[in-house]
Amino acid sequence: MGTESLNSPGYDIPPEMQSQVAITTLDKIYNWSRKNSLWPMMFGLACCAIEMIGTAASRFDFSRFGMEVMRPSPRQADLMIVSGTVTKKMIPQIVRLYNQMPEPRYVIAMGACASGGGPFKEGYTVVAGVDKFIPVDVYIPGCPPTPQALLHGFITLMKKIETQSLRSVPWYQKTPGEPIPIPILGPDLMDPRKFDLIKQVCSQREEQRNTEPEGESTHE
Amino acid sequence: MSEQVGVQSSSLTERFPEIILPDSRTGYSGFLVKPENLVVVAQALRDEMGYDYLSSVTGVDYLPENKMEVVYHFYRTIGGGALVLKTQVDRENPVVPSLTPLFPGAEFQEREAWDLLGIRFANHPDLRRILTWEGFHGHPLRKDWKEPFFEEEAKPFKSRWPEGHVYRAEDKNPFHDNLQYPAGFDPEQWSPETDELLYAGLKRVDKSDDLLTEQVVVNLGPQHPSTHGVFRMVVVLDGETVVDLKPIMGYLHRNHEKIGERNTFLQNMPFTDRLDYVCSMSNNFGYALAVEKLMGIQPPERAEYIRVMMAELTRFLNHIFSIGFLLNDLGAFFTPMLYALEERELILDVFEAVSGSRMMCNYFRFGGVARDIPVEVMEKIRKLVFDRLPRKLDEMDYFITNNEIVRGRCEGVGVLTAERAIALSASGPVLRASGVAYDVRRADPYSIYDRFEFDIPVRYNGDIYDRYLLRLEEMRQSLRILRQVLKDIPDGPILSGKPQYQVRVPAGESYGRVEGPKGELGFYVVSNGKPNPWRYHVRAPTFINLTSLAEMCRGQKIADVVTILGSIDIVLGEVDR
Amino acid sequence: MITGSGILRGLWTTFRHFIKTYLEDLRSGKKRYFTTEGIELRRSPDVEGIFTIQYPEEKLPVPEEFRYIPFLVYDEGDNGEKEIRCTSCGICAKVCPPQCIWIVRTNDPVTGKPIPQPKEFYIDVDICMNCGFCAEFCPFDAIKMDHDYEIASYDRFKEHIFDLERLSKPASYYAQIRPTNFMREEAARAEKEAQKAAARKPAS
Repeated sequence: MGTESLNSPGYDIPPEMQSQVAITTLDKIYNWSRKNSLWPMMFGLACCAIEMIGTAASRFDFSRFGMEVMRPSPRQADLMIVSGTVTKKMIPQIVRLYNQMPEPRYVIAMGACASGGGPFKEGYTVVAGVDKFIPVDVYIPGCPPTPQALLHGFITLMKKIETQSLRSVPWYQKTPGEPIPIPILGPDLMDPRKFDLIKQVCSQREEQRNTEPEGESTHE
Repeated sequence: MSEQVGVQSSSLTERFPEIILPDSRTGYSGFLVKPENLVVVAQALRDEMGYDYLSSVTGVDYLPENKMEVVYHFYRTIGGGALVLKTQVDRENPVVPSLTPLFPGAEFQEREAWDLLGIRFANHPDLRRILTWEGFHGHPLRKDWKEPFFEEEAKPFKSRWPEGHVYRAEDKNPFHDNLQYPAGFDPEQWSPETDELLYAGLKRVDKSDDLLTEQVVVNLGPQHPSTHGVFRMVVVLDGETVVDLKPIMGYLHRNHEKIGERNTFLQNMPFTDRLDYVCSMSNNFGYALAVEKLMGIQPPERAEYIRVMMAELTRFLNHIFSIGFLLNDLGAFFTPMLYALEERELILDVFEAVSGSRMMCNYFRFGGVARDIPVEVMEKIRKLVFDRLPRKLDEMDYFITNNEIVRGRCEGVGVLTAERAIALSASGPVLRASGVAYDVRRADPYSIYDRFEFDIPVRYNGDIYDRYLLRLEEMRQSLRILRQVLKDIPDGPILSGKPQYQVRVPAGESYGRVEGPKGELGFYVVSNGKPNPWRYHVRAPTFINLTSLAEMCRGQKIADVVTILGSIDIVLGEVDR
Repeated sequence: MITGSGILRGLWTTFRHFIKTYLEDLRSGKKRYFTTEGIELRRSPDVEGIFTIQYPEEKLPVPEEFRYIPFLVYDEGDNGEKEIRCTSCGICAKVCPPQCIWIVRTNDPVTGKPIPQPKEFYIDVDICMNCGFCAEFCPFDAIKMDHDYEIASYDRFKEHIFDLERLSKPASYYAQIRPTNFMREEAARAEKEAQKAAARKPAS
């Protein structure tokens, strides 16, 4: 499938050379190689991980897309498939893993839970979507997405990579990207970026409680 | 089953006339005992009456009566029904003596009750939070504890219809996220939990007379390719030898029980799929049994056969999957797994055609199953059961069983003796590989398992290799049951009564248990006559099997820990719920 | 047991699997790949050798009962107008386990009484657990489970709350993805209509 899509329009290549020569831009060739050699991290969270294994196995076989091996180490991976429910106890580790991944890196939120909390959203230790902490490139709905849906997600991501430009992608900017601050487990999960908000809301509530008569619940 | 309990009940009340009271609430069974007498009674049960297996420990918050109840389910490993013991304590300061010294299998379950319900267990060796983290605010399963996205006590929520203006739950939260903090909380003053308490609880060997080698603490997980998901083990190592090990779970704690108590009875069915997500059909089975017991209904003949068929296909699927994973853990990376997954895909095709989803089947209903099996799918099942699966099973056997590496790494590793397996409340293949022939399908038959001819495979060495062989043999027995099912399956209705979305469940308690592929899967349901359960507890087999992990690993090499974990065959959805 | 024989056995098993692919290729010729017949063969219990379905060129057909995200069925009127089957009775919203369905009922602007038609209908697919209860318990065959799983997107905030328009699909689409169910329901409906008509006749 490769060379045809690589050619930039407007250049006449003699027909006899078309299978050997392609005139293209750096962006295109870079994106083309990037998208055909995504290495996912071996990182399973919940139910969707089983479907992810199913996708890696013989029937669906995502090595056909150049995702030959799954790497358990974030240092050797450039695609994080968040496959399953993200809990508050796990999110510090997920953010840490994301920070450890070398750029360029992509994140797929596989399934309803990873996208927005899923059926467990109302639960008290469930993070309502991994995108609250790390940037997500592609969301795949479904509970769980079937392997074919996951493969469609990969193709969607590849399409996104195709449209990227070396000039605008965050990892080739002059100023290096800041790592995402790692959330802390307190009485509830605490995002260091939100400390001021937490302080403000908690002190407001304290005042409210002091002014109002007793018996008020501290909960919303 | 009820007769046996009757016999036992008289002898128990005779033995302790003063301190044992039968539970007389309508719909309830078992005995009430005061907390101060609990240990004496439990000891007598174990040593005198043969109730050597403490299957389930859980708490119930009876908010209206201002009581906290702890419920114990005892069994005999020779078979028979449960003996249910309950003890009630005050809600404000609930303290119950721990049964862990008598039944070490209670350790994690008591920690869970402490974590989620705030019941203290006196004399517990290591009473820390288990599913949430140290420092978590409150005990979430208490009825007066509300989560940040709390909307209403029970589903269906009123905001959905008829004025269902859509919103995202985080939009209504001051933090725009699933968060809440105690009033006046200052995040900057907070010192986050360190693992000191955890590390302090680890045993170390006395090395004063030895060479000065340091013992190191190694953390495996939660992101580790061998831990089958998000599971963490803290290991103390002396060289390469494991001195002590502690499993840490809760990284996938999805509040199954809290959500389950808000759901209506039927709404819990698809949630049970997500417990042990490899074998959703078995989970459906256990939950359906528990609620049917309360409702007092029986599924029709054909539905019973379909249920058994699905449960046994699930067992096959789970075992072949777990063998593939075990080989992964042994270092045969993914090749044996690929063969296992081929068979799994074929079975999943059947599930998908029957139930609509590959993994989250949601196929069972109270009083039957959701839909009938189409003819062409039946033909496919026949082909699988009579031809393909036995052939592939033999191929797997030929491929793996006598492999030198498999034998070298598995024989004699991770040994659990029969006595310890019983004491630690292990169940399923782990228990049977240790020489205890205990299978709920025979010990306390449910559904129509008493009609089929099958053996309960037992092996006696209790090592990884035996667990592997046992799973292989169980798959053969599953196929044997399936052949009988396919021969005898009658025509007829698949659901007793009309399909209902709001079932009426009388008040009372019930404990439904099935022999899931991973062990005894129990559902403890308390109903107060309302559309949603008052208490909904899952006795997750792999969660309790993990109690014996430390014991199996001590003295082994660090590389074997991974394999031992693989041989227990855990699924984190069920461990953490 | 001779040392090494176990490993040789393992290698033999893998090698046999490898060879079988080519034997099967020779046997079935060109029709083995990129044809419906070939896909069926490779998913049947008789499959030997290669097992892979090459998505997206080949797509594994989903069975009729397959469920993904729900959709709302509308009948096409004679003039092409959409007659949505939903009467906004709210059963799907009540039975939904994670409560991901939001319905606003239409009220008659004059009398204020409810009209059997939804004004707004939303499904949050980030919560939906694809359990199929809504379709199972809908008394009007108005909500059904879709087969379309190719819905990955770049932005969940804009695209993951499906509204009435996004959810509506014609009955012909439903008939196409679930032919047997459709036929059964249509037959049941026709029978009901006939019964109604029969009941009306003696009265008139």
